[in-house]
Amino acid sequence: MSRDEIIDTTNTFLIEEFEVESEVIQPEANLKESLDLDSLDYVDLVVIIESNFGIKLESKDFTNVHTFDDLYDLIGSKLHAIA
Amino acid sequence: MERRVVISGMGIYSSLGKNLAEVKESLYLGRSGIVFSPDRKEFGYRSALTGFVEKPDLAKVLSRRQRISMGEESEYAYVATREALQNAKIEEALFDEQVIGLVYGNDSVSQAVMESIDIVRQKKDTMLVGSGAIFKSMNSSVTMNLSTIYRVRGINMTISAACASGSHAIGLAYLFIKQGLQDCVICGGAQETNKYAMASFDGLGVFSDREDQPTRASRPFDQNRNGLVPGGGAATLVLEEYESAVRRGAPILAEVLSYGFSSNGDHISTPNVEGPIQAMEMALQQAGLAPGDIEYINAHATSTPMGDANEARALTQLFGSAPYISSTKSMTGHECWMAGTSEVVYSLLMAQHGFIAPNINLEEVDETAKNLSLVKNTINQNFNVFLSNSFGFGGTNSALIVKKL
Repeated sequence: MSRDEIIDTTNTFLIEEFEVESEVIQPEANLKESLDLDSLDYVDLVVIIESNFGIKLESKDFTNVHTFDDLYDLIGSKLHAIA
Repeated sequence: MERRVVISGMGIYSSLGKNLAEVKESLYLGRSGIVFSPDRKEFGYRSALTGFVEKPDLAKVLSRRQRISMGEESEYAYVATREALQNAKIEEALFDEQVIGLVYGNDSVSQAVMESIDIVRQKKDTMLVGSGAIFKSMNSSVTMNLSTIYRVRGINMTISAACASGSHAIGLAYLFIKQGLQDCVICGGAQETNKYAMASFDGLGVFSDREDQPTRASRPFDQNRNGLVPGGGAATLVLEEYESAVRRGAPILAEVLSYGFSSNGDHISTPNVEGPIQAMEMALQQAGLAPGDIEYINAHATSTPMGDANEARALTQLFGSAPYISSTKSMTGHECWMAGTSEVVYSLLMAQHGFIAPNINLEEVDETAKNLSLVKNTINQNFNVFLSNSFGFGGTNSALIVKKL
């Protein structure tokens, strides 16, 4: 899967799951603040990433995820690892 | 000075309607909310009859974080509570100014449990059930959701007492206020209506199998009754200390005069006569009333052969033929955990609008009930004082006496 495909898929489910406008999702924007995430929301992030990409993340995987770009990188690296 | 407990608001979401006005109309017309559910039949129900309650659309009303923790019973409870608060003229700001409590009856969360465990079975990973699953999978789901939405700061708990849950919730809210521990408590009862909720109950073979006549299946006190029909939804009351309600300029609809309770100390599912009598006598004694003072009784009667017969015997022994009696379960089916509150709402709607709703489908009165003043067709009749009975598995009984003001 290309990075553009990862970005498109991720943005689509983030908009749907967290009920935000597409404009709030910018590559360098802070993920937690933009989506107004609390600790429980990261569980739902794991659920939708699993259902969209088939990869199982853990809470600790998000330690270094600050921006949307970081999230795309994380998903890309996990997909690469299983490929 | 004795603290009086009044009802300042009520709300309802049931198979009879989505609000007080719709429900009042259905009650007056004797309209049944029972349908046949092909989905239940396919699932394996012996009797696929149920009260039909539409899923509320809360997408534009509550945030994602609020909705994700709510199962069906919490959604129903939210809609009923929103109406009750409007009815009581309680704005959300009042929750910041005053300590308000919440006591709600609920005794199952079957759908949430089923769905989350199915995911774990399939995915072999508990995190994939999502963050809302735990908050939907506990019996206290309704109170944990409502208390968060409304920022409740008083007593906050769910009452699980089988089919008397909603009645005991009112009774306990009444006691919290009566004892001076709270000035205002929201109380109610909720009942999920999905196919998972009632499967094991259906398995006891106690549901009516008149699937070809859904609206005629629930027939409390009728000689030819052959079982109950499950229903559901939610009902909410706002209970307040009288002086506090007056200071707030709240509408004062009625007064809760007493809460009688008992346990049969007997069989787990078969009701008896003595337990309900004990609860009703306790309610009469605490209210300082004689049996002849009760003008209307909303019977627990669920349309089961043994349950109705034993309640009829108890009512005959205590009240004779004096009060009008009907079971609104003839229209709603058995609203189980919710019934104890919804039936107070139904009775109060009748008292407010000067009528007694019929015990529909009562064609041949059962021998045990022949001396009772059962209402077969709607009666235009003003009344003030009524008693509402609720009995549940394990022999838990609750009897509330309410007076319209």
